[in-house]
Amino acid sequence: MIVETGHFALILAAIVAMVQFAVPLWGSYKSDPILMRVAAPAAQVQLLLLLISFLALMWAYITSDFSVKNVFANSHSAKPLFFKISGVWANHEGSMLLWVLILAFYGAMVAMFGRNLPPSLKTHVLSIQALVSLSFLLFLIFTSNPFERLVNPPLDGKGLNPLLQDFALSIHPPFLYLGYVGFSVAFSFAVAALIDGRVDAAWARWVRPWTLLAWVNLTIGIALGSWWAYYELGWGGWWFWDPVENASFMPWLAGTALLHSALVVEKRGALKLWTILLSILTFSLSLMGAFLVRSGVLSSVHAFAVDPERGIFILGILAFFTGGALAIFAWRAPDLKQGGIFAPISREGALVFNNMILVIACGTVLIGTLWPLVTEAVGYKISVGAPYFELTFAPLMIPLLLAMPFGPLLAWKRGDLRGAAQRLYAAVGIAILVVVLTYSVTSGSSFFAPLLIGLGIYIVVGAISEILWRAKAFRTNWGEVGRRLLNMPRASYGSMFGHIGIGIFVIGSVATSVWNTEKIVAMKPGDKQTIAGYEVRFDGVVEERGPNFTEKLGNFNVMKDGKQIATLRPAKRTYIMRSEMPMTETGIYNAWNGDLYLAIGDKLQQGAYTVRFYFNPFIRLIWLGCLIMALGGLVSLSDRRLRIGAPKRAKEQPAAVPAE
Amino acid sequence: MTRKQRRSAMIFTGLGVLAVAVGLVLWGLSGNIMFFYSPSDLVEKQVEPGQRFRLGGLVEEGSVVRGQSTKITFKVTDNAENVGVSFEGVLPDLFREGQGIVAEGALNTAGIFVADNVLAKHDENYMPPEVASSLKKKGVWKDTNTKAAKGTGS
Repeated sequence: MIVETGHFALILAAIVAMVQFAVPLWGSYKSDPILMRVAAPAAQVQLLLLLISFLALMWAYITSDFSVKNVFANSHSAKPLFFKISGVWANHEGSMLLWVLILAFYGAMVAMFGRNLPPSLKTHVLSIQALVSLSFLLFLIFTSNPFERLVNPPLDGKGLNPLLQDFALSIHPPFLYLGYVGFSVAFSFAVAALIDGRVDAAWARWVRPWTLLAWVNLTIGIALGSWWAYYELGWGGWWFWDPVENASFMPWLAGTALLHSALVVEKRGALKLWTILLSILTFSLSLMGAFLVRSGVLSSVHAFAVDPERGIFILGILAFFTGGALAIFAWRAPDLKQGGIFAPISREGALVFNNMILVIACGTVLIGTLWPLVTEAVGYKISVGAPYFELTFAPLMIPLLLAMPFGPLLAWKRGDLRGAAQRLYAAVGIAILVVVLTYSVTSGSSFFAPLLIGLGIYIVVGAISEILWRAKAFRTNWGEVGRRLLNMPRASYGSMFGHIGIGIFVIGSVATSVWNTEKIVAMKPGDKQTIAGYEVRFDGVVEERGPNFTEKLGNFNVMKDGKQIATLRPAKRTYIMRSEMPMTETGIYNAWNGDLYLAIGDKLQQGAYTVRFYFNPFIRLIWLGCLIMALGGLVSLSDRRLRIGAPKRAKEQPAAVPAE
Repeated sequence: MTRKQRRSAMIFTGLGVLAVAVGLVLWGLSGNIMFFYSPSDLVEKQVEPGQRFRLGGLVEEGSVVRGQSTKITFKVTDNAENVGVSFEGVLPDLFREGQGIVAEGALNTAGIFVADNVLAKHDENYMPPEVASSLKKKGVWKDTNTKAAKGTGS
């Protein structure tokens, strides 16, 4: 009964979405405020219905109702409760239900917090949002219905893919989708602005928090995925430039550009058209990501079972929204007034530079990702791997990273480059010191790597010195500095943390890619190996049982300077329901300067095992950097001026907003 | 600076970045792509020893030999031709006989494919599209995967 309620609620949600799309749009065309006002309650009803639907599916998972095909295929009664819940979205149908739930969530949030949006803008935003929602609801109902029943319910389920029975990967999809889908709000705002023919500071003030919220979640989602790949796959790597990874990275790049360009629209009224275009592109890249992941047209190490027919449906959605939005753009864009003149050396100029590089870099990733499809069409098969991306992407980032600390130090309209450079003396000085130090500590093993580490330090110190300079540190008494630091808008701290996060990420990624050590050896019990100053002794393998798996645990004794410091237990797990699919569990020791990482492989003759050793220096700075970036986004989001639904001051909005 | 000069300054910077990017992309695509061959392709085409490519196919039943060291040898087949592969390291979890895999590496002078990377997937029902289509071309594709796979994606 509960499952049927969920199924019914899903269909009802599609009908509500249809109403939410058509009625307000008709009302706006007829200038009928009553019809226009349908949009907001409809958005909330749609959220409620999808919530019921989602909870119903979750109920089926928790109670292990194997008469539901989706539960049968992806769950098992012996699975821990946590993974029964996460199992809801650890499969295609359930994850698409989560996708539409989040779409509806964003729509309802706009409806709720958008009380002081201009009514016509709000109507159009909700109407477009409903159209996006509707297309995915139809996709769900017609190609991927999670509520399909089985006629003869089996006694137990097939179990969940063991790789997905993991904490980080369980919470990875919700974050990722909050990111992907969050960009739909910017998209809807962009299309609505084109329909309205008006883009102003208020519009940008509305778009930015939603984009920021999506961006924060996407950042966390990508970081979680990368962390999972690191500790779960046993390859010691954290990013593989795989199509599925690129699919999430491209919207992130475009979204980052969007955050920065929306700032210019808000503060200076310039770059309006560009920002609209970027909003459309960012969401289109999210849709393309969904297409690439679902259709399986590209070979990916992260691909799960895929279905080309579903891919075509998503391709249709992608073509409809991107094509439609671009057509409206071409039609309406000439009517939008451009404003705000600025010199090339200015805050705006720096933000334009940021946008140019991010978008072009995103383009190189796009070409590399799709290139195999192009060559396949001409008849030969290739794959584009990490070397291509490292060669094209990394050099483009260098000028961006060098310019990054300058941006916030330049004034709007016309900036003083020399003045900004003077304020970065400390950052450059400390960076040079670090370069020399790194070079000597690593005994000159690489020439470029210390320079890149220095670049990271320069970004971190540069971001801090900008805040200190604005607080007049070293130029006035410290009480005054403290007062200024306290009164500084949170958005300034937000961008500081965002930039610091990038710097820390650069340091971590460079250190671990250049100075990591790897060893693959055959070990018998009692054998010893030395790696990066650690002496590791293999003490044999024991078998243990988990709730729904058995595992072979290798015991490794880790010594440093003659002292025992850790016991690592990398394992091979075999899940009862998926015995043909063994799983690697790595053993990781976190030292202050990096990770000692062990994975155990196949059993060889005479009791020996293949063991993979890594020492990854400072690798955790990669995810720490991402977290700090996300934190920066949250701090910025809490800024009073940006707070969603914060009342606008009267003088900014001279025309009174009619009551709803 | 006049408005026109400002605009052209920005346009030229943009074009500069774009030109650099195009150069990098062309360079990257000319030197860093890898061809994908099936065992049958290897028989048809003359692939020089030492030239890196990706080899895809099924791991032939009964061909996996594990020695005392970390070296493993097996054969990759598309049910028409096969080619010997040697690999040193830890194989992915989903590596097993009969499974579709993709290996990266090059042929040595003896005609053995020396792999430095072997890729299998996260899902036992997943088949890399290259492997699937080369198997289809050889007429040995069994359509057990697409149907059974429904509902296992993420």
